[in-house]
Amino acid sequence: MSDNTISTDPQSSEPIRKPGSQIILDTLIELGVDTMFGYLGGVILPFFDKLYDSPIRFINPRHEQGGTHMADAYARVTGKVGVMVATSGPGATNLTTGLATAMMDSVPIVAMTGQVRTELIGNDAFQEADTTGITRPVTKHNVIVKDPSEMGRIIREAFHIASTGRPGPVLIDIPVDMQVAQVEVTSPEKIKLPGYASRTRGHSRQISTAAAAINESERPVLYVGGGVIIANASEELRKFAQKAHLPVTMTLLGLGSYDQTRAESLDMLGMHGAAYANYAVQECDLLIALGARFDDRVTGKLKTFAPHAKIIHIDIDPASISKNVHVDIPVVGDAKTILSELTKQVEHRERKKWFSRIAEWKSKYPLRYDTAATTIKPQHVIEEIYRRTKGDATIVTGVGQHQMWTAQFYKFNRPRQFVSSGGLGTMGFGLPAAIGAQVALPGELVIDIDGDSSFNMTLGELATAVQYELPVKVCILNNGYMGMVRQWQELFYGKRYSCSWLKNPDYATVARAFGAVGITVEKKEDVAAAIDKMLGENKPCVVDFRIDREENVWPMVAAGKSLDEMDGLDIFESMA
Amino acid sequence: MEQKHIISTLVQNKPGVLAHVAGMFAARAFNIDSLTVGRTEDPSMSRMTIVVIGDDRVVEQVRKQLAKIISVVKVQDFTGQDIVIRDLMLISVATPPEKRSEILALIEMFRGKVVDIGPKFVMVEIAGPENKIEAFINSCRPYGVKNVVRTGTVAMARYGRKRAD
Repeated sequence: MSDNTISTDPQSSEPIRKPGSQIILDTLIELGVDTMFGYLGGVILPFFDKLYDSPIRFINPRHEQGGTHMADAYARVTGKVGVMVATSGPGATNLTTGLATAMMDSVPIVAMTGQVRTELIGNDAFQEADTTGITRPVTKHNVIVKDPSEMGRIIREAFHIASTGRPGPVLIDIPVDMQVAQVEVTSPEKIKLPGYASRTRGHSRQISTAAAAINESERPVLYVGGGVIIANASEELRKFAQKAHLPVTMTLLGLGSYDQTRAESLDMLGMHGAAYANYAVQECDLLIALGARFDDRVTGKLKTFAPHAKIIHIDIDPASISKNVHVDIPVVGDAKTILSELTKQVEHRERKKWFSRIAEWKSKYPLRYDTAATTIKPQHVIEEIYRRTKGDATIVTGVGQHQMWTAQFYKFNRPRQFVSSGGLGTMGFGLPAAIGAQVALPGELVIDIDGDSSFNMTLGELATAVQYELPVKVCILNNGYMGMVRQWQELFYGKRYSCSWLKNPDYATVARAFGAVGITVEKKEDVAAAIDKMLGENKPCVVDFRIDREENVWPMVAAGKSLDEMDGLDIFESMA
Repeated sequence: MEQKHIISTLVQNKPGVLAHVAGMFAARAFNIDSLTVGRTEDPSMSRMTIVVIGDDRVVEQVRKQLAKIISVVKVQDFTGQDIVIRDLMLISVATPPEKRSEILALIEMFRGKVVDIGPKFVMVEIAGPENKIEAFINSCRPYGVKNVVRTGTVAMARYGRKRAD
């Protein structure tokens, strides 16, 4: 790298100068970045030239959107900042879906985009787009570099903002002349962020009030979101829940924060949550929300949500408190420190009546499906994957029915084991996210459980997996429909399947054309063997499961209904 | 209960900050009644005075979402505080010769200032709380109001007195 810099004669007092692109690279390395995702283009070439002989591992996706999902999943499974770089104009606009996905799910990403020369900005230059304008609502913060001497500081600030408080994506737009300009190298300038400070320790009186409410509660429920995983507080959560003896339900993004094989786990709540979780929330006298944000897919009809409960809300983002639901006891701060503090103050209570009520619901309304069916039921595929991976694989999904079935039927036992687009619901997230996770977890098993429609959106990234020898496994639950849309059309639009039918390619052939392994499964009795074959492959592998075409996700709380008004429970009862 | 809230926001004086703030209001469907921006005594900081109409819950969200913007340094809700509030207005009023003295008396009464005189119109500068400004406009209507330009509300807390009861 040093040969790229202009070195000075040690005798002379000339300051050391480097091009802005070198400052970018040096700052990234100083910040511990060893892996990046990105796509080339004209006005980011000075930076790519510096990457040529750098130690940073670089992954080229086939589309910038894929790159952002890779950086996103890399961040989700490691807890580190995911780094993405792209060119101006279309490169930058292609980032927006990935940034919005990361924004909704509080994932730390730093994205850097090239921009046209400063003097051309605003002139509708070739590949010019108002990148900071376009990405403002989908980033935690964004900034355009207008003075190359600020480059180092801006990058350090971006990493700090992305990874602290409630994390999120930060975009830095870098005009090409800023990358080329020679900058005097000074000692690292301190970050300057007046007004940006997040409270990490909860207010001690609020914590005591919360502990007292927990100790008094007869029917508490712990409602855990992705914030606990972000805060690396799963161990603290386990100690807290076990000491106070609390049932634990999780949001989609909270899955993995609490071992689902334990008896206190109520699994996922919400629109497609377990009936026992939803009933428990509706009957509880105390709801302890932890790093969760009362999303409409979780609460159902707000007016009748947890009607008997006093609500404690622990969150690092003050703006999440009382945004959707009135909170009785807010505690703002980091889940890890607050949980440790709470654990000291809570007492163990048996709550026999409450736990036996929950046990009743669990035995009456377990998550189930027609196991006797002769067709391939998607839930059966997921249960087989669970069994054959011993519940230990890192699981990634796209968005739709397959995502909900995975959340219902794979039992997660550790944080960062499940990667899914929750808030934005980004179809096409699965394959690139699996690639990003595999980059972060070499040698570990990463499986993308996907839907055919989701997979169709980004399947070009198979080439990325093959090129970088990333042995991701893709299990497509293929029903030839946009399944969740079809389910809604069946239930709410009189079975008028408007435009939700797809003529899909033969995925096994597609996989082979990319240089991956392709397997097709058409019979129920072949499911287990196909999964075993897939697990034995050390190459990227796509398994196309031709599932029961009109299987629905049950139970379901229809939009606008109360959490305890679930459809599909009678279907379960007839199976019992 | 819906009411006007004056939110005084200290922001970094940097490009894009106004877009961040205005964009947040649009994205979250909050209504801005008025917004003024200007530099403070510290050239690296600007002050935005934002008037928002909403109930307590909405205004609490506005305050929190503003504070979340990285380039926003400090957010104060002036509701219930002892503050000085001013709007500045330039207004062109028709002045038929027979009404001229009547109009000048009106301007005097409102402590306005004539800043330009034409053959048919007079331009008046007037400052004060919003209700005074509105009252002046209404008083001028019978003569004919040609044009109105207003700055929107600015406000500052009175020194040493935190809350008015």
